[in-house]
Amino acid sequence: MVEQDGAATASGASEAVAAGGADYLPILLVPALAAAALPLIGNPVTWITLTIAALAMGMMIFVIASGLTLVFGLMDVLNFGHGAFIAIGAYLAMTTLVPLAGWIQADQLGLNLAALGLAILAAMAGTSVIGWAFERVIIMPVYGQHLKQILITTGGLIVTEQLIHVVWGGDQKPMPLPTALRGAITIGDVAVEKFRLLAMVVGLAVFVAMLLVLNRTKLGLLIRAGVENREMVEALGYRIRRLFVAVFVAGSALAGLGGTLWALYRETLTAGIGSEVIVLVFIVIIIGGLGSIGGCFLGSVLVAQMANYTGYLASKVALASNILLMVIILMWRPQGLYAVGGR
Amino acid sequence: MRWAGDKENPVERRAMINTLLSGDLPRSRLLSAVLVLILATLAAAPVLFPGAQAINTAAKICVFVVLVASYDLLLGYTGIVSFAHTMFYGLGGYGVGLALYTWGPTWTSALAGLSVALVTAIVLAFLIGLFSLRVRAIFFAMVTLAVASAFAILAAQLSTLTGGEDGRSFRVPELVRPNTLIELPFAGPITGRTIAYYVVFLSAFALFLAALRIVNSPFGRVLQAIRENDFRAEALGYRTVVYRTSANCLAAGMAVLAGALNSLWFRYTGPDTTLSFAIMLDILLMVVIGGMGTMYGAVVGATLFIVAQNYLQKLMGAAAKSTQALPLVPDLLQPDRWLLWLGVLFVLSVYFFPTGIVGKLRQA
Repeated sequence: MVEQDGAATASGASEAVAAGGADYLPILLVPALAAAALPLIGNPVTWITLTIAALAMGMMIFVIASGLTLVFGLMDVLNFGHGAFIAIGAYLAMTTLVPLAGWIQADQLGLNLAALGLAILAAMAGTSVIGWAFERVIIMPVYGQHLKQILITTGGLIVTEQLIHVVWGGDQKPMPLPTALRGAITIGDVAVEKFRLLAMVVGLAVFVAMLLVLNRTKLGLLIRAGVENREMVEALGYRIRRLFVAVFVAGSALAGLGGTLWALYRETLTAGIGSEVIVLVFIVIIIGGLGSIGGCFLGSVLVAQMANYTGYLASKVALASNILLMVIILMWRPQGLYAVGGR
Repeated sequence: MRWAGDKENPVERRAMINTLLSGDLPRSRLLSAVLVLILATLAAAPVLFPGAQAINTAAKICVFVVLVASYDLLLGYTGIVSFAHTMFYGLGGYGVGLALYTWGPTWTSALAGLSVALVTAIVLAFLIGLFSLRVRAIFFAMVTLAVASAFAILAAQLSTLTGGEDGRSFRVPELVRPNTLIELPFAGPITGRTIAYYVVFLSAFALFLAALRIVNSPFGRVLQAIRENDFRAEALGYRTVVYRTSANCLAAGMAVLAGALNSLWFRYTGPDTTLSFAIMLDILLMVVIGGMGTMYGAVVGATLFIVAQNYLQKLMGAAAKSTQALPLVPDLLQPDRWLLWLGVLFVLSVYFFPTGIVGKLRQA
């Protein structure tokens, strides 16, 4: 234990939160996995379609997972209730889209995107307020106590999921996809669904924005420093608690955004939507290395690739194959692809 | 040597109880009274309650006492959170159930199924422990959650083997079938249902005492030391990985036995009753409400929870009806929403009574 921690701190110090530095090896896993899948799938057109689907799905998972991993990195808080934010975001978006039905059904990209933008805004605003309250009421009293954190946030998850049932009812709801985003664009033989393109754009935008904030602003500098060594940042006179609340709220808002995208992708909505995604999100965070944004990005793509390829080849073992992926990566690097700050 | 006719002297009796409970007495008059009441009610359940629902409730309590006690070994005594406990419970349930279904209703096939389940569970627990307990305890919670979800989905998907979402109903060995009637020399006829109940009850009782024995052994002390301060335990020369992994394997084995008892009693196994995340949450609630790290909490928590589950929902239904005129209130009181209130209770008890009911009773 002690030796491991020491070694991890030494290697962790050379790596930033983002996948910078000299360690490019894990990035090669993505093309390697894609190349390995090609002969198994056989048909290159199917393979390209699956790979694009995987990239889109990966971006959605990344949006959800990034907030969670950053919160963990910064304050050592693992929020098992994150799944509830996903569900709340999706439900808020649906509630916003219902009165905007005219805008969604209109065959105009502008109106469609405006409706979608409003829905996403509502989802993010709602989940950030709820995230703030969650942090205040549920998490604040149990800082530094891992066991209680896991228990309390799981309790919070139960209560929030039940409240969704109370407010929105328990039955499955349809999630309307705007007209302009239905269907697919065909390039040669390959058909790419329009919504997947949107999801990819949004996910990439979030990733780039996050990298810019973390690497180019003072706020990001403080967050990165806090992940590496919290006490030192506090000793320099910064209130890491406030920083943490801000990151937590941002993470909740991202969960809301991710939940909206995920619900649109599924086109239906149940209160259990969060628990369904959260398993993949946990695998992503473990694979990426707890607290690492770059690892989280790579992990999301890898998990989505695995899910899509095996979903096509042998759908029954789709989730089990991701467990296998996790096991293999942990055998290679026990702390995840990018270990951060001795975690 | 003592003969049955000898008058027991109180000191000797106390020593016997002390040995039976491994020196870990309830340490509270009220708690002792509650435990004796629960034990007596469960022991006399077939005589006291002729109805099917009541006896099913009693059998379920017995099964869950074992399951929750084994979980307490992990959560309360070793301080690690596992979300895979239902996986092991399900392994036991499916192991015995599928063996009886495929190989016919004999004790041999039940035992064979149980052995396969036990070996699989312990190997799995060992591997999971080796992988995730090495790095960090928080890893373990996430890894177990992922593995358990994958297992539940796999069990539902492989429908030719497991019966899929519907699960499998099967026949149990003749001795414990409901329509078996056996003439006892002095007590008159006894049904197979009653025999089955006593098999479940006595096994649960023995397993609970075994769990009590484990946590009060030197091994159990080391587990508690790891829970309090793993760094210091490691510094004292205890290999924490070895101890944590052993605790994980032990708990998994006990969960398998609980699952086997469940199959024997209900003659059915399916994903919703053994593998679902909802059952995992139930176990968590029972441990926390009963009292983590006390073992007796498993008895109190499981009893309270299952009785509440069966009877509170009716009460909530009545309450929802009587408040129909108000907005939102009937929705909150609807019987399906009982998990909401338990969730609130759970959060509150983690904050305010981390030692649960048993801890509170011991303080008083």
